Amino acid sequence: MKPPPFTYHDPRSVEDAVALLAEKDNAKLLAGGQSLMPMLNMRFVLPDDVIDINLIDGLADIRDDGDALVFGGMTRQRDIEYSDLVAQRCPLMKEAILNVGHRQTRNRGTYGGSMSHLDPSAELPSVSMAQDAVVTVQKKGGIRDIAMADFPMGYMMPSFELDEMVTSIRVPLWPEGHGYSFVEFARRHGDFAITSSAVLLDVEAGGRIKRASITVGGVGPSPLRVTAVEEGLTGEIGSVELFTEIAEKCREIDAMEDVYAPAWYRQHLASVLTRRALGKAFSRAANGTEMTLR
Amino acid sequence: MSDRRTISVTINGEAYEREVETRLTLADFIRHEVLLTGTHVGCEHGVCGACTILLNGRTARSCLMLAVQANGQEIMTVEGIAPNDTELHPLQQAFQDNHGLQCGFCTPGMLTTLIEFLGDNPDPTEREVREAISGNLCRCTGYQGIVAAALDAAKRLKGKETAGA
Ligand SMILES: Cc1cc2nc3c(=O)[nH]c(=O)nc-3n(C[C@@H](O)[C@H](O)[C@H](O)COP(=O)(O)OP(=O)(O)OC[C@H]3O[C@@H](n4cnc5c(N)ncnc54)[C@H](O)[C@@H]3O)c2cc1C
Ligand code: FES
Ligand code: FES
Repeated sequence: MKPPPFTYHDPRSVEDAVALLAEKDNAKLLAGGQSLMPMLNMRFVLPDDVIDINLIDGLADIRDDGDALVFGGMTRQRDIEYSDLVAQRCPLMKEAILNVGHRQTRNRGTYGGSMSHLDPSAELPSVSMAQDAVVTVQKKGGIRDIAMADFPMGYMMPSFELDEMVTSIRVPLWPEGHGYSFVEFARRHGDFAITSSAVLLDVEAGGRIKRASITVGGVGPSPLRVTAVEEGLTGEIGSVELFTEIAEKCREIDAMEDVYAPAWYRQHLASVLTRRALGKAFSRAANGTEMTLR
Repeated sequence: MSDRRTISVTINGEAYEREVETRLTLADFIRHEVLLTGTHVGCEHGVCGACTILLNGRTARSCLMLAVQANGQEIMTVEGIAPNDTELHPLQQAFQDNHGLQCGFCTPGMLTTLIEFLGDNPDPTEREVREAISGNLCRCTGYQGIVAAALDAAKRLKGKETAGA
């Protein structure tokens, strides 16, 4: 249970970090270390070089860009939890972040690290998927944007290259008064969830749903948008009956199976959690109405 | 060939300079190099919380940090909580009075975790306390005594503040 031998680097700029990534062919970036360090201690990964990006300045800001919030790749989960900007403009993320591990892990763990680790039930990738975030990655001599829809390539596999690093995440915001809800089921508080559901609703006067975004985590190999539910809601007036019926569509999602839960159980959770999240989101929307769904 | 660096770290107010292998975890640095064995190592993969220390006032799992990452930083371990050799910190006293420990293995992590938590949230509910220690495993107490100690400590710390004001 000790890290294997490696050469340690602590670059002070993104340019230096990506130059190292380009030069070393078996290197790992070290961000918050809350996933990489366990993997090193257990020797699941054996890098020749570890590139610590904690000493790079200016990578951890949360910036208000008008219609979006832009997070530096090294933004700590704790700073998201305590950010007034996030609480006011992106309440879904605030609700979700409280489920990410524990205070001790949020003090170190980062947004970029969570995106790159890409656990299928990790909260930040789910929220990023729900809000249609755009991830900016940089390599030696180039910067590009990856839309969240194209970001996951497979189970714990983001679509950026080995010589690229996540430098920022741009999260477009929903209009003031939108409804939101993040609910998850985990065996204990702070554990990775078995399944989660993230819901955003833009509700017009009279309770008519103008736009809906539904993301389930922990069901597929990466967070999934449930377009069948989104389409079924758009243009409709929110009600207990509608939400109860439409959430059943989550049972049709192709679900994974592991030691924690069989596929049918994840499908079941996806439908129950989405139903509850829809009720909560609609209740919170300025133009919605109070309702409780179990 | 091992990759080594010289680091200097302040622990409980005292500066330590050592040459270490870069792959050494902070937990092992504290225990094996500085010989402060109050910080415990249970799982070495971030799950049990026994190795929790305060890094510049914020909790961190010392098994999930490299010692080199603490270069130039300030650390507080369980040994640094009591004000002197004869007195206990109010949180420690509350642990003793409420049966907050049995074998004591989890205690260093519980104390450091609660020091930060009670700073962030001086007036917590029982539920908030349970959530705060959800990342710390205890195999002995069944947690009741720990929760009681934390709530009691919150009261004592607040009393102290008003008394001092
Ligand atoms: C006890 C415990 C409970 C946890 N519970 C949860 C939970 O409930 N939900 C959850 O989502 N997470 C949870 N986590 C994991 C979370 O804490 C981590 O923060 C996250 O998975 C990784 O972020 P990090 O900054 O620590 O990255 P690291 O561990 O440093 O890195 C993770 C991976 O991403 C790569 N990487 C890091 N940063 C970048 C970057 N900028 N660009 C490219 N690649 C990069 C690294 O090379 C590595 O492969 C838990 C962890 C622990 C120890
Ligand atoms: S030893 Fe660090 S969390 Fe268990
Ligand atoms: S007192 Fe023994 S593990 Fe908690």
